[in-house]
Amino acid sequence: MDNNYFPLHLIPCGKLAQVKELLAAGNSRRRMLDLGVITGTVIQALRRSPSGDPTAYEIRGAVIALRSEEASQILVELL
Amino acid sequence: MGLTAQSTGLSASKEMIDLQINPEQDIVVALAGNPNTGKSTVFNSLTGLNQHTGNWTGKTVTTAYGRYKYGDMNFVLVDLPGTYSLLSNSVEEEIARDYICFGNPQATVVVTDGTRLERNLNLVLQILEMTDKVVVCVNLMDEAKRKKIQIDLDNLARILGVPVVGTNARSGQGLKELMEVVQKVAQEKLPSKPFKVNYNSKIEEIIRQIEEKIKASVNSKLNTRWVSLKLLDRDKAIINSIEKYLETDFGQVLAQLDNFDNETLRDQIVTSIVKTAEQISRQVVSFGNKKHNELDKKIDDILTSKTFGIPTMLVLLGLIFWLTIEGANIPSQALSDLLFGIEGKLSSLFLSSNLPGWLHDIFVLGVYRTLAWVISVMLPPMAIFFPLLTLLEDLGYLPRIAFNLDNFFKKACAHGKQALTMCMGFGCNAAGVIGCRIIDSPRERLIAILTNAFVPCNGRFPTLIAIATIFMAGSSRGLTQSLIATLTVTGVIVLGVVMTLIASRILSSTILKGLPSSFTLELPPYRKPQIGRIIVRSIFDRTIFVLGRAVVVAAPAGLLIWIMANIKLNGLSLLSISANFLQPFANLLGLDGYILMAFILGLPANEIVMPILIMSYMSMGTMIELESLEALRNLLVSNGWTWLTAVNVMLFCLLHFPCGTTLLTIRKETKSWKWTLLALVIPTLAGIALTFTVTQVVRLLGY
Repeated sequence: MDNNYFPLHLIPCGKLAQVKELLAAGNSRRRMLDLGVITGTVIQALRRSPSGDPTAYEIRGAVIALRSEEASQILVELL
Repeated sequence: MGLTAQSTGLSASKEMIDLQINPEQDIVVALAGNPNTGKSTVFNSLTGLNQHTGNWTGKTVTTAYGRYKYGDMNFVLVDLPGTYSLLSNSVEEEIARDYICFGNPQATVVVTDGTRLERNLNLVLQILEMTDKVVVCVNLMDEAKRKKIQIDLDNLARILGVPVVGTNARSGQGLKELMEVVQKVAQEKLPSKPFKVNYNSKIEEIIRQIEEKIKASVNSKLNTRWVSLKLLDRDKAIINSIEKYLETDFGQVLAQLDNFDNETLRDQIVTSIVKTAEQISRQVVSFGNKKHNELDKKIDDILTSKTFGIPTMLVLLGLIFWLTIEGANIPSQALSDLLFGIEGKLSSLFLSSNLPGWLHDIFVLGVYRTLAWVISVMLPPMAIFFPLLTLLEDLGYLPRIAFNLDNFFKKACAHGKQALTMCMGFGCNAAGVIGCRIIDSPRERLIAILTNAFVPCNGRFPTLIAIATIFMAGSSRGLTQSLIATLTVTGVIVLGVVMTLIASRILSSTILKGLPSSFTLELPPYRKPQIGRIIVRSIFDRTIFVLGRAVVVAAPAGLLIWIMANIKLNGLSLLSISANFLQPFANLLGLDGYILMAFILGLPANEIVMPILIMSYMSMGTMIELESLEALRNLLVSNGWTWLTAVNVMLFCLLHFPCGTTLLTIRKETKSWKWTLLALVIPTLAGIALTFTVTQVVRLLGY
């Protein structure tokens, strides 16, 4: 793993990041792809839930909440 | 396409959803689209009240289909499940995909959200690969305009190679044009040259090879390129369906594809689709204001903020109850005056017509009074509560509740969408149980089903509200009284949510062991609610339905109670005998025998628990005319109620077996009596344990 890559759930709210690699496999990988999460997609972390998890991300114009388990499977580079 | 092929197609349609169609005259149109695009508004506006619901053969997903006339032709519009894609193999996607491929609709309308076109194009491109007869409907044009998003519809139509219609389904704008275009597409009067996504040269080469091999067997019944892509993807389920549909066998072709890594291929395919959508969107959409989502974000900053998110949720919940409690008082009074006025007339009618006295007693004092009570007590709060709940739904607030509470559900090893099914349970637990279908994983779906009854449904609110008002609010009057009642009811609900979480946690560490499955939740933009539609929908779909059910159950219950109260053995009525039998156990829980019996007899519907109880307390076996809550209070106190009884009744009302309808629904959804029994036992045990503890502790402390 490149040192500049972080799992998405570590990105602070308000920051933009670009997808570098998708670690999930099988159906949850497909679900991510369906959301438009592919290499190169720019994602913004918007806010954390009052209960601490999940986090809302802006992905291709839509606001999607992902639990940290799913977000940690997306490797990104901070922009 | 000849008439024979067409009619075979339609018979497939018939088979898939048991559609009532006439192949000679009806034109079948499929309606596809992402969730939250206003697809159902398009559907409702086109078909009006002419709708039916059906089940997809062998699937748990229900569907709606409806008819409309345009020109001199009859159209049957089939509402497909809302999906983002057709590649993931969820039940919804499978249904939508199979219907478009094998149901042979004469046209497929894809509804898209004008404010988020890029994301929606993903589905459009996938559908264009399957069929030529597509109409793209770009909906929510008004919202796009407000957000200064410009969409070049002509250019989009040119690029996609199929007709594109801009609409505002809420105001009906553009729907006529949509119907016009759909008719032309169905009759093949418009040229169609659908855009095909270009994959990388390696994939294209393989597709070409496969196409060559399967051309003969596909025989233009399906799109050869699409079938090749599916073969390349080696997706078992869809290949089987294709083979069955074409009556062929692709085993040989598949064997030759074994040396490709399909995970990589799949990634490349999806990546190409997403990138193409991005490119097209860049060509046709321009943003006048980059920060067009600012307002939504500001609202979310409050509604889902760390500090205010959960308090706001509680305040909103409290506000709904307060409005319901305050608002229902006056119409409740008016209704009860009216209905009991009619009772007087009924009585004199009976007496003047020389019918036997017992007949009058049974029907007027037994059946009619119970009905009158149920209607006057239930109708006003429902007519206020349901529209308010629907309003929150329409605004897009429910997904925010799920977002706020998700971590608690995760810690309980439950699915994030359980928060949504829990909200549906507020209206009606049976509806909540059906709503659990949105949860894919069977384990988490069962947990959601088994714990749904932990939130009080509308049948239980009147009981909670009445008792909270007369006992918790004590001697205070007016505003203070309704505020205390509101706080109490809100507290009961919070307890219900906490119990839901505890029960889910226990279930997932015992009989339903497992880890939470992957979950994504969209927080859709806030939408301006359609007040008129909310009122119509909540009154007709919910209020009338729930009230109707209560009335159907209340009438025979009234009869039964009257009989039990009037048949005497050794000078004691059957009612007293049963109550005395339950008394020792009920006493342990801080209740009395009559209360426990009312809950048991109220199994068919929770609404009738209070009426049964009141009737039981009346020595004559009929209900008094309860003109005010004061009269109810006096009745309860004279039957030995204390604040502790009131607390225990509220707790037991929250935590006891679900009503008969809910149990039957659970049986239908789980197809198992074992789970149904468990759904009955779990909340009942929780209720017994809690009331027992409270009672014993309070008694020990000597209050």
